[in-house]
Amino acid sequence: MRKSPAEIGESHVRLSRRALLLGGAQLAFVGGLGLRMRYLQVEQADQFRLLAEENRINIRLIPPARGELFDRNGIVLARNEPSYRITIVREDAGDVDAVIGRLATLVELDPDDLDRAMTEMRRSPPFLPVTLADRISWEEMSRVAVNAPALPGITPEVGLSRYYPLRGDLAHVVGYVGPVSDYDLSKIEDPDPLLRIPRFQIGKVGLEAKLEDNLRGKAGSKRVEVNAVGRVMRELDRREGQPGDDVQLTIDQQLQSYTQARLGEESASVVVVDCRSGDLLTVASSPTFDPNLFVEGISVADYRALTENDHRPLAAKSVQGTYPPGSTFKMITALAALQEGIVNTEDTVWCPGHLEVSNRRFHCWKRAGHGHVDLGQALRESCDVYFYELALEVGIDKIAAIAEQLGLGVRYDLPMSGVARGLNPTRGWKETVRGESWVIGDTVNASIGQGFVLASPLQLAVMTARLATGMNISPRLVKSLNGIEQPGVTPDKLDINENHLRQIRRGMYAVSNHRRGTAYGSRIIEDNYRLAGKTGTSQVRNITAAERARGVTRNEDLPWERRDHALFVNFAPYENPEVAVAVVVEHGGGGSKAAAPIARDVTLQALYGGTPPLAAYPSKDRGRIRTQQEALEKLVPGREITRRDRA
Amino acid sequence: MSYLEYTVKHVPTGLRKVLHLNWPLVLLLTAVTGVGFLMLYSVAGGSFTPWAEPQMKRYALGLVLMLIVAMVPIWFWRSVSGAAYLATLLLLVLVEVMGSVGMGAQRWIDLGFMRLQPSELMKITLVMSLAAYYDWLPARKTSKPLWVLLPVLMILIPTALVLRQPDLGTSILLITGGAIVMFMAGVHWAYFAAVIGLATGTVVAVFQSRGTDWQLLKDYQYRRIDTFLDPSSDPLGAGYHITQSKIALGSGGWTGRGFMQGTQSRLNFLPEKHTDFIFTTLAEEFGFVGAASLLSLYVLIILFCIASALANRDRYSALLTLGIAGAFFLFFAVNMSMVMGLAPVVGVPLPLVSYGGSAMLVLMIAFGLVQSAHVHRPR
Repeated sequence: MRKSPAEIGESHVRLSRRALLLGGAQLAFVGGLGLRMRYLQVEQADQFRLLAEENRINIRLIPPARGELFDRNGIVLARNEPSYRITIVREDAGDVDAVIGRLATLVELDPDDLDRAMTEMRRSPPFLPVTLADRISWEEMSRVAVNAPALPGITPEVGLSRYYPLRGDLAHVVGYVGPVSDYDLSKIEDPDPLLRIPRFQIGKVGLEAKLEDNLRGKAGSKRVEVNAVGRVMRELDRREGQPGDDVQLTIDQQLQSYTQARLGEESASVVVVDCRSGDLLTVASSPTFDPNLFVEGISVADYRALTENDHRPLAAKSVQGTYPPGSTFKMITALAALQEGIVNTEDTVWCPGHLEVSNRRFHCWKRAGHGHVDLGQALRESCDVYFYELALEVGIDKIAAIAEQLGLGVRYDLPMSGVARGLNPTRGWKETVRGESWVIGDTVNASIGQGFVLASPLQLAVMTARLATGMNISPRLVKSLNGIEQPGVTPDKLDINENHLRQIRRGMYAVSNHRRGTAYGSRIIEDNYRLAGKTGTSQVRNITAAERARGVTRNEDLPWERRDHALFVNFAPYENPEVAVAVVVEHGGGGSKAAAPIARDVTLQALYGGTPPLAAYPSKDRGRIRTQQEALEKLVPGREITRRDRA
Repeated sequence: MSYLEYTVKHVPTGLRKVLHLNWPLVLLLTAVTGVGFLMLYSVAGGSFTPWAEPQMKRYALGLVLMLIVAMVPIWFWRSVSGAAYLATLLLLVLVEVMGSVGMGAQRWIDLGFMRLQPSELMKITLVMSLAAYYDWLPARKTSKPLWVLLPVLMILIPTALVLRQPDLGTSILLITGGAIVMFMAGVHWAYFAAVIGLATGTVVAVFQSRGTDWQLLKDYQYRRIDTFLDPSSDPLGAGYHITQSKIALGSGGWTGRGFMQGTQSRLNFLPEKHTDFIFTTLAEEFGFVGAASLLSLYVLIILFCIASALANRDRYSALLTLGIAGAFFLFFAVNMSMVMGLAPVVGVPLPLVSYGGSAMLVLMIAFGLVQSAHVHRPR
């Protein structure tokens, strides 16, 4: 666009005018800045200098010692160990590479850690310490200390770190701690300043997480004077914090460790409860994992190995896992019928091997049928048809009421992660949750603990303890907090006729002491310690009519994840119950084969308070049991190693 | 066919161009950057790593870039102004898309040797394109509403993109920088009065609406404003930066604590001490004398640019030089206001002093344009 010289001249004049205007405005602004500078730096200088001096005094937090965890006999389950680490201050080290080279001859330095440290060092000012090696041994630590003169800028430091001496044995109960993550912080409204300390450990899972407030303690503080380069010159004063509360559990470590070893790599869980007090003696789940792996942050490979295992080592199956209780539910159906006066002990039912209900055929596990069965025989031999008949008469609501009294479908308030509620189905539940009405087949299924019924091993153990004692005992996991005994709930009598309970117990006794009982193979022959139990086998698949016709596939021939769950519940001694035990072996096959032997071993171990004499076992089993005992004794950490006097 | 044609023969050619550079300006830039090296060395606790050395390398690179840009005739730069603007706009959209695709709040493009922030580049290309626009537009049309709307859109589109990142500091710089060029070009003052009036009205409305059911901002945004107005109300939270920064500045006194003797920055009380808050270290260690000296250097740079623009009869050159000078002024004025507690903390670095690659290189290229305009001015 052609412009005339006049136009150019005119616009340049205007531009010059405006440029000068703007320049003037800018100068005025700069003048303002200068005045502000003068105000801050000259007129108010004294005041700000004073503030700067105050800044020289730093307040630093002293992390409190985390409360320790003990079993009922004072054996340490979780403690704080000094954790040694090596830091370097660049400006003191001088030739950093040479110093690290010399250090590498004394201490094994992980190349990854070293890389990270070098990057951190390049980024941060030279007077700040940077961690070179973490969790080194005491020997390495002392080697560094002895060679200190040759290692300028290197400081060995001591902190506290959580340690679980029993490794996997209580991993699911105690859980673990780990370094605070940003995610943890984001969940907390007003985080404790302690959580901002790098590498500070907090409970992530299990009891460590649930009792975090008790275990953490209160931070102390110290005021320190720092010099012009930020180095601590001296401590001005110190206010000690308050260590976290020690927690004593009701768990018996010896029994727990034995149980974990007994379960091995099986995907199983065991709960042992003291019938009289409700104290949980053992809450085992297998396979387990080493919680120490999580303390400093677990490696990706280790974590993947745990999460990709189809036996789910991270799950606390004993309280989180819910299973159809199978035949272990039959005591409830029987009790409901007895309470309603529908049957008495002498009444019999004809079992032809199946029952026709509204055009559907419900089978007994025994194809040929049991013939005429009474209550005792039905429990002993686990006849399904007997309980179908009972349930049809008594109805689901009465059954559910008894189940609730015995603790099914109730969520116990234990300080563990994800304690399950299970499911005690009723008409109302199906209506509201599923939007369908209850059908008679549902009652039939529920009568033998299939269908909708779900219970955790913990609930089954409590149910058995209540059956054994007639009292509504509640499970308790924390025995004392900071030395103060935690009162359990005082149990009341169940609203169930004691005579009826006695009949149920007699049936359970026969299960493992009558030669036709389903768990006769897992009996105890020591007269004072007789065991009364009930087997259970719960299906995880539907058996089609076609399969029934050609013969139900045996568990051994099925892939692992489609096999039946094996269950066993028992209490002992029969005359004077002390412990109640529940065992669930996931996809273990039949309850009598897979679960009952475990329950017997654990029961004996609990009653004898250690390895039981072989005389307690039937004579034909003793050879095998001896080999098993010898193998397991090597796996269970001895008392002498972990016992610790409590001052 | 501009009037430049008859003056071309008077413009120096070849290596003689180097002699005609605005050498005082080069010296001033070096002096300011030198102050930066000194401060970066100091905040690192007397070490060239991790900041001072890379900064020096970048300055050397920047100096070379400036010379190369200065050697290229200004009319070439004018002809590519529009294209440069569009290309930068495209890059801005690109980082926006990449950011939303899952790279987090990424504002830069990795070039291998450095990370390029398109928003930095936009500060310069916006000024270039506006200068080119007003060079092309006949003066009598300058204040016609339709011809005002176009440059306003040119400013607002990149501003909106940058605001989404979210980078409040850069958005403010883009708007104000663009407005300065429009003002220089002679857009009628009534437009500016209207915008300023509208802005004031908005601010009043925002404050009036607080607590009512037509509240215009979120609560946390109001709290941020509160903190700015009274930093002592939240000394350990959001007001921490401003409070600590003022302590550092104020404790400097007349002559400061001496080189490397500043306690505030070295004890890590100060955040961002090597970037946005580096001025506080200077003020603490060299006092009012040091701080005022740096301010004077900045003012001299501005003055040299204005002088060069006034002596240049090429409209594009003059507008470009004034626009760059205006942007440069905004950089240090906003940063200093921020650290002195006169403006909210918006995250604008101190030009040529703060640690940072993109900002340094972009500024040096901008001064390369100023030099090119100076070398190739009609005589």
